[in-house]
Amino acid sequence: MGYREALELQGSLVASRRTGRSADTLLLLEHPPVVTLGRRSDPRHVLADAAELARRGIELHETGRGGDVTFHGPGQLVGYPVVRLAPERRDAHRYLRDLERALIATAASYGLAAGRRPGLTGVWVGAEKLAAIGVRLNTGWITSHGFALNVSTDLAQFETIVPCGIADRGVTSLARLLGRAPDVREVAARAAVRLADALGFSAAQPPVASERLAGLGGEPYDGARSENPGRPA
Amino acid sequence: MRVDVVMPQMGESIAEGTIIRWLKNVGDSVERDEPFFEISTDKVDAEIPSPAAGTVVEIRGKAGDTVGVNSVVAVIDTAARAPAQPAEVRGATSGTAPAAAPQAAGPRASRARPAEPPPPPPPATSAASPAGSGAAPGGSRDQGGRFVSPVVRKIAAEHGLDSTLVPGTGAGGRVTKRDILAFVGAGGTRPVGRPADPPAGPPAAMSRQSDAPTFAPDQAVVRVGMTPMRRKIAEHMIESRRTAAHVSSVFEVDMTPLVLLRDRHRQLYLDRHGAKLTYMAFFIKVVCDALRAWPIVNASVEGDEIVYRKELNIGVAVALDWGLLVPVVRGADELSILGLCQRVADLAERARTKRLNPDEVHGGTFTITNPGQFGGLFGLPIINQPQVAILGIGGIQKRAVVINDAIAIRSMMYLSMSYDHRVVDGAVADQFLARVRHALEHFDESLL
Repeated sequence: MGYREALELQGSLVASRRTGRSADTLLLLEHPPVVTLGRRSDPRHVLADAAELARRGIELHETGRGGDVTFHGPGQLVGYPVVRLAPERRDAHRYLRDLERALIATAASYGLAAGRRPGLTGVWVGAEKLAAIGVRLNTGWITSHGFALNVSTDLAQFETIVPCGIADRGVTSLARLLGRAPDVREVAARAAVRLADALGFSAAQPPVASERLAGLGGEPYDGARSENPGRPA
Repeated sequence: MRVDVVMPQMGESIAEGTIIRWLKNVGDSVERDEPFFEISTDKVDAEIPSPAAGTVVEIRGKAGDTVGVNSVVAVIDTAARAPAQPAEVRGATSGTAPAAAPQAAGPRASRARPAEPPPPPPPATSAASPAGSGAAPGGSRDQGGRFVSPVVRKIAAEHGLDSTLVPGTGAGGRVTKRDILAFVGAGGTRPVGRPADPPAGPPAAMSRQSDAPTFAPDQAVVRVGMTPMRRKIAEHMIESRRTAAHVSSVFEVDMTPLVLLRDRHRQLYLDRHGAKLTYMAFFIKVVCDALRAWPIVNASVEGDEIVYRKELNIGVAVALDWGLLVPVVRGADELSILGLCQRVADLAERARTKRLNPDEVHGGTFTITNPGQFGGLFGLPIINQPQVAILGIGGIQKRAVVINDAIAIRSMMYLSMSYDHRVVDGAVADQFLARVRHALEHFDESLL
């Protein structure tokens, strides 16, 4: 799904979550190549100029999420939980840690020992970043934006930026670490289960409400519309 | 009133935040809960809603500033809703704000809101001093053009009352500190003329719909499913209109003697019985007497039959944030004024906290409602089926009326009764109301 389209979708989900018209929702998708900037991004962290980005077919977007610069592209599982945090979970740091936990567990399900780096939000394997996180809390403690987990992303595209403003650490992906590329849909299904768990949703209380969402509890990922990898939205 | 807006704490271990951008500028109007500014902490950007409605008068941080949690980053003036009040013009809020100004003190604090509160509980509203925020040089003029000192303003705001209602004994009719304290002590915490004590909450002029939906930028329509209670109310109302032949009669009542009577006994009731002496108790007592004289008004209709009932079970309509309930005072004619005060207070409280038993909302034979509680003159209510009449109590207001060919100022109130003309004729309804009026205007003090 195009980045702008996803932004609009999140906007409308946040609004309808606020009025109670929709339930808590998890969006799992892929984007065509795009570099996104958080509002506090340092523009020097985009290393490629406009011409270079255009040559590579990479869009550029500013967003309302936390965090610096990052890259999204095919082969990368992007997740946007739009949920209203329960009163006991209304803590920005807690939410970040919950997301990290779910992604670490997802990597673990592939036999990888991923973890946190204190002071550096995200999911790391050794000195390299496997997943980036950047979140927005909308009025009423309703979340948007989320995470980006490299499954089989073309890591060369990260050369156009200083990822998250951290210059001296690289990025990695499940494919590079495993020596084989798992299907993004399969990763999505595993991530969905672990996210539901980390965010306090039980399988009996489906946090998902739209046809774009991954199944819970091991159901096959329903690749509706734009979630089909390799097919530009 | 000035309300401080602070950097919220977004998590237990978060001690500061960085302002990303302001969504409102100095001079802009802002609504409560409207997104006001955005902050960033770690990898989280958050949208921070305004804790109050008003005009932004100060912005103390700029984009990029990192400030500690709970530091003041902006100030809102809740009294000044009009655009751009110059910051120097402080003490003169009386000039711009409507009479609602002193009532702005803590407007929403007591109301039960079903909606989500904004992320941090803003400690702000009590912090700002209402008395022209310190820098005000001397006093200022109030609505009536009388000089009002800062100390009196402050006391007035603390008690949520309009200083123009306070009799002034100072020079030129000035309200002195002693005057206002005496007024407060005499229980004048509400402008005289509010009838059967309304539920604690913001004055009607400052209220808003608590469950209003928000529209996304591209959305013209928001559909909200009805709650079960709302559906029941909707069905009941339309069914009632379809069943009864609704007619209304309106009477005017001179409540002055009763207002004075109540004032005389209020403190005693509070001290001796721990109960609030309410107008509703008087209304119920008087209505019971009238229903005994005109029992058709206490009956119901079943097919071709009129069903008379011996018991007087008076329903009292209670407005809630989420709807409406009519708890019933069973056997109301057997209760004393004190008993009625206690029973009604208990039922209303449990209605608001959803702790009523099913039998407490059924079996009513007559209903009293309070369409005047938000300041209206009178209402034309819908009959509560299967009853045949419903009495609406209007607001008590001081008016100039003619008594014995002279003009007098009296506390007047409208009674409006809707009744079912299938079985209650106009002549019956009017005589019933005349009896109620007479009883209110000549209330037997020995009943207290």
